[in-house]
Amino acid sequence: MSCKTCTCALVGTPEQDKKLRESTASLKDGGSLVMVLQEAQEIYGYLPAEALDVIAEIWGCSTESVYSVATFYSQFSFSPKGKYAIHVCLGTACYVKGSGEIYSKLKDLLDVEDGGCTPDGKFSLDACRCMGACGLAPVMSINDDVYGKVTLDQLPGILKKCN
Amino acid sequence: METKMINLKINGIAVSVPEGTTILDAARKASIDIPTLCYLKEINEIGACRMCVVELKGSPKLATACVFPVSEGMEVITNSKRVFDARRTNLQLLLSNHRRECLSCIRSGSCELQKLCHDYAVDDEGKFDGAMTPANLDTSATHMVRDNSKCILCRRCVAVCDKYQDAAVIGVNKRGFNTHIGCAFDKPLNTVACVECGQCIVACPTGALYEKDQTEEVWAALRDPEKRVVVQTAPSVRAGLGECFGMPIGTNVEGKMAAALRRLGFDDVFDTNLSADLTIVEEANELVERIKTGGTLPMITSCSPGWINYCEHYYPEFIPNLSTCKSPQQMFGALTKSWYADKLGIDPKSIYMVSIMPCTAKKFERGRDGQSAMGVPDVDVALTTRELGRMIERAGIDFVNLPDEVFDEPLGISTGAGVIFGATGGVMEAALRTAAEWITGDSAAPLEFKEVRGIAGVKEATYHVGDLTLNVAVASGLKNAKEVLESVKRGEKNYQFIEIMCCPGGCVNGGGQPIVPASVRNNVDVRTLRAKALYSEDEAKTLRKSHDNPVLKEVYKTYLEKPGSEKAHHLLHTHYAAKNRFMGE
Repeated sequence: MSCKTCTCALVGTPEQDKKLRESTASLKDGGSLVMVLQEAQEIYGYLPAEALDVIAEIWGCSTESVYSVATFYSQFSFSPKGKYAIHVCLGTACYVKGSGEIYSKLKDLLDVEDGGCTPDGKFSLDACRCMGACGLAPVMSINDDVYGKVTLDQLPGILKKCN
Repeated sequence: METKMINLKINGIAVSVPEGTTILDAARKASIDIPTLCYLKEINEIGACRMCVVELKGSPKLATACVFPVSEGMEVITNSKRVFDARRTNLQLLLSNHRRECLSCIRSGSCELQKLCHDYAVDDEGKFDGAMTPANLDTSATHMVRDNSKCILCRRCVAVCDKYQDAAVIGVNKRGFNTHIGCAFDKPLNTVACVECGQCIVACPTGALYEKDQTEEVWAALRDPEKRVVVQTAPSVRAGLGECFGMPIGTNVEGKMAAALRRLGFDDVFDTNLSADLTIVEEANELVERIKTGGTLPMITSCSPGWINYCEHYYPEFIPNLSTCKSPQQMFGALTKSWYADKLGIDPKSIYMVSIMPCTAKKFERGRDGQSAMGVPDVDVALTTRELGRMIERAGIDFVNLPDEVFDEPLGISTGAGVIFGATGGVMEAALRTAAEWITGDSAAPLEFKEVRGIAGVKEATYHVGDLTLNVAVASGLKNAKEVLESVKRGEKNYQFIEIMCCPGGCVNGGGQPIVPASVRNNVDVRTLRAKALYSEDEAKTLRKSHDNPVLKEVYKTYLEKPGSEKAHHLLHTHYAAKNRFMGE
């Protein structure tokens, strides 16, 4: 679909578009671009190019100016997330406890790259830094559920539960 | 209010400067040059490269002179061992991620990094060598190449793209070692709304950004006996070319340039000034027509291809306001391949039209739709002033000592109105000279319209011509153009005619002109010096109104019939189309 005030095409639903426009406009005075980007990522699950266009249009700057800020922060992602967004902690404690192998194994099992998403849109895989649960290392999360003391042979079972 | 003066000492020399002055500027008052890399006055003042570090007595840290304001009693040392060592280390670190191919690099000799390494005796030992940014060249655009493996992340290109041109299509992406200059989503430059002005190239201190060199194509044409190779030179080229050979900024080298082109082997050495005159005749006619018939106003000039790109990408609603006149470059090509080919009795296809331009966007313009009046491109190749400089250099022509020669007839004849096209306000003034005489029928109508001269970003004037009141505006630099367009959109201004030039100061300061190092550019106004060369030439001419050009009189009489005729429209006018501004379009 196309948006109303400019000719850029939007990927998401009309509701997502409306929400993005509202929050972008409301944060224009006094808000920071990072806050707008966080809102956008909250709405879409990632930062689609089209959302950056909308932000640039409303803020009166170029898409590159928005992209430049977004790429500075590791919290922003430019690829779509799956229905089940998996994060594996590669922070020091988890890494020492073998989360590197967990991450590699998941890449193999799902056949996805760093930050990638399975073709059916079901799973996405990202590495992240400390979740604050070092006592449970190695830690991974699927959406809002956290899994502690994960072992390699638990992985197929954990994935199976996601339906 | 009186400005407070601050007293300080730099290398023991007492200096008194207004409050708020930076150490860098204060040092200049004491005849001390502090080296800089990232600093571009009023454009990029970010203290990032740390070349300008100095010692402050009583402070444990070195300070960046380009952004550090002076304070009372301050004692600055710019030449201690500690300062030199720090600058040398900074250079070594910059070199550690700079692809060093200085022997063949296009900027060898004009590279600011190379000069500083030389000044600070930084050898090529590669002290901090390690991982390198890969040389993934972006060659997608018609006019230029980006080579991030030579980029030192000074951000000067980013600053001019945003602050001069309001485009900001390039910026700093990612962070840490992965930091690089690129477009949104790292898309190729030809897919974003770049206006192709080349201001980033002339701002770059190294060989990371450079024009696409097409001199080999021209050498090949010159060696081809089947081709009649015709050259045209834009007004501003004569005001810049001398700099390639160490001549002072603002030297008019028209005569030497004509001599050099002849020695390079061009069959006809012609002048774009003639088609600048032609543009005026067609454009003044179009303006008078629009005013008489209630056409779209304000009419906006169309000679600057960077501005045309900006209008199409960013302000498509103003496309109906654009004059349909082709630019002088394109008119020249069309006239050469039609009228001149007829006159010679040769096939337009056998003519190879080379233009020498102060501009990188001209490389794009020549390939645009609607720029091939005779079924072949009006212009075959557009070289920048820098490329011509390189050709002359390679041919072993002793440019500085050449005799002054004149352009060939017939298409080398022009008026003073043609030559001032190169400076901001020049097209406006030239058009007013013709319009004033046409509307009043008085050949003694005014010649000089000084209100539209000078380097101010936006200039306005109101002229009473006969019983007509003309409100005009002149803008150069796209950020200033934006200001004018927005005021028209808001209905605050009621202009009849607007001149817009893409580059600040007009074509004399184009992205294809010789590169002026920041150390010079920060201290003199290159635009004013080069423009002065053009206004002096205008003043010295007997013929100063475009419609008095004797060759054009003949062209209209024997070929085009009259300004705005059907034939003139076919050859000399064009069309425009809206383009994308955002990624998702």
